[in-house]
Amino acid sequence: MTTQTGVESAEAGGARHRAPGRMSTGRLGDRIFAGSATGSGLIVLAIMAAIAVFLVWKAIPALQANEANFITSEEWNPNATPAEFGIAQLAFGTVMSSLLAMLLATPVAIGIALFIAFYSPRRLASGLGYIVDLLAAVPSIVYGLWGAVFLSKHMEGVSGFLNSTLGWIPFLGGDSPGKNSIFTAGVVLAIMILPIISSISREVFLQVPQAHVEASLALGATRWEMIRMSVLPYGQSGMIGASMLGLGRAMGETIAVAMVLTYVPGINIHLLEDGGATFASNIANSFAEASENGRGALIASGLVLFVITLLVNMAARAVVARRKEFV
Amino acid sequence: MAKRIEVSGLHAYYGGVHAIEDISMTVEPRSVTAFIGPSGCGKSTFLRTLNRMHEVIPGARVEGKVMLDAEDLYGSSIDPVAVRRVVGMVFQRPNPFPTMSIYDNVAAGLKLNGVRRKGQLDEIVEQSLQDANLWNEVKDRLGKPGAGLSGGQQQRLCIARAIAVQPQVLLMDEPCSALDPISTLAIEDLIGKLKSQYTIVIVTHNMQQAARVSDRTAFFNIAGTGQPGKLIEIDDTSKIFTNPEQKATEDYITGRFG
Ligand SMILES: Nc1ncnc2c1ncn2[C@@H]1O[C@H](COP(=O)(O)OP(=O)(O)O)[C@@H](O)[C@H]1O
Ligand SMILES: [Mg+2]
Repeated sequence: MTTQTGVESAEAGGARHRAPGRMSTGRLGDRIFAGSATGSGLIVLAIMAAIAVFLVWKAIPALQANEANFITSEEWNPNATPAEFGIAQLAFGTVMSSLLAMLLATPVAIGIALFIAFYSPRRLASGLGYIVDLLAAVPSIVYGLWGAVFLSKHMEGVSGFLNSTLGWIPFLGGDSPGKNSIFTAGVVLAIMILPIISSISREVFLQVPQAHVEASLALGATRWEMIRMSVLPYGQSGMIGASMLGLGRAMGETIAVAMVLTYVPGINIHLLEDGGATFASNIANSFAEASENGRGALIASGLVLFVITLLVNMAARAVVARRKEFV
Repeated sequence: MAKRIEVSGLHAYYGGVHAIEDISMTVEPRSVTAFIGPSGCGKSTFLRTLNRMHEVIPGARVEGKVMLDAEDLYGSSIDPVAVRRVVGMVFQRPNPFPTMSIYDNVAAGLKLNGVRRKGQLDEIVEQSLQDANLWNEVKDRLGKPGAGLSGGQQQRLCIARAIAVQPQVLLMDEPCSALDPISTLAIEDLIGKLKSQYTIVIVTHNMQQAARVSDRTAFFNIAGTGQPGKLIEIDDTSKIFTNPEQKATEDYITGRFG
């Protein structure tokens, strides 16, 4: 991709300056530019391939030594002999906490973006936008500390309330709602991904062509009706993209989740109860003490996380592409 | 259905910039009034003050009076949203809702007005497309996106969308400037047909077009860059094009301008 663009623009540049005497110089410049662009493209690909090969190579011995099913087992004992480990619990924890984060964050983030773009006075708008962007730059360890030290304490009441009123929903059921749960992790993640979703959505909203906005206003739409008729349809792909990006971030988030969750073995669908682990939190928590085989197992789980993230992105693209006919 | 517009002492500003100065005129119901003048003289600005679209631009404001029959559009108790429901607008560049089908584009304004019944919607959508001379071309693909039509068809779709809500007045800002000659003729025919029902105001940079479609013509001018635009004269179209009162008008229509 990058390489091709480089070549094309180099050719376009050469064509514009095709003065007779300059011809050979222009050609040489073109060749150097095209060569270096192609070269750097190839280097990037080669580095990526090398990393992939290295990871797979490290993971294979651990997978061979594994006595349990790598996909369906809920255990994680790669350091024992015989080694028994599987990713089921990690996958469950990762998907649940990040989905929860996305569901909680997206509506709020879009609300903030709409407020900044269409409702707040202009001076306030730029200040608010700046603050939201700043929030995106806060290091995740800070969110982790805040989640572990402050939020989890206050989540006990919230979890208890949800459990007693909405306990009939399986995910919110269980006997002992706690504070170091996947739910708490989801809330921390939601706060972490809120700024990125909000800031991308706001960018998208600001790009809505004035012609679309005026089309609905001239028909007698109120501001909210204008947002529904002109802004949201135009921004739909962008909003899906933004929340998927948030989902991806939540899935890969390590330290904040590791600080919030208390590890309890096995899948527990009661998200309000203590316990749970994600791919990333598991790697962070167990890498230091892992044996050779344990590291291989963690690397294998990391590769699975990579594949899941890739699938999420492809799904997002498919959703966006299906709407193309109308955009 | 059509109403008379009476403008008096109207000024419009963009922030600190005085865009048009002290305009007064009367637009008769069931007639076509054309606005002509060099670009930048405030024709679009003035047109947009007639349905309170001017104030949509940040910092823009209006002083003066616009009476629609007995009602002052800038009265303190008037909701601009309600004004835009009775004074429709067609823009210079066709702007159908890109994510909506042809049908939904025409039905958009009706839905804003609370029309929900499928039968009634179907009927009005068909009638509006008929009135906009577009029905035969799109009746087999009403579910397809409006953005897939040609430029001329899109503009007629926008006209259908505007007339579907049965406005009192229809404002058009250079509706043909982005179109080919065939589509332009189609829209001019349409304007001739629509004037039996609506009060129509059309901005055009094309003087033949003004002469062809309008009953009355208003000529706007600016004294120089940075100066506010002014209404020079408004009269019957035949009079403006044969024997205008003002020298500036005559210079402009005979091409001896500037
Ligand atoms: N959105 C805007 N912001 C600031 N000034 C504007 C804007 N739109 C138009 N103007 C100014 O108002 C004056 C009249 O413009 P306009 O009404 O578009 O003229 P016309 O339609 O006759 O070409 C011009 O000087 C133009 O620069
Ligand atoms: Mg204009």
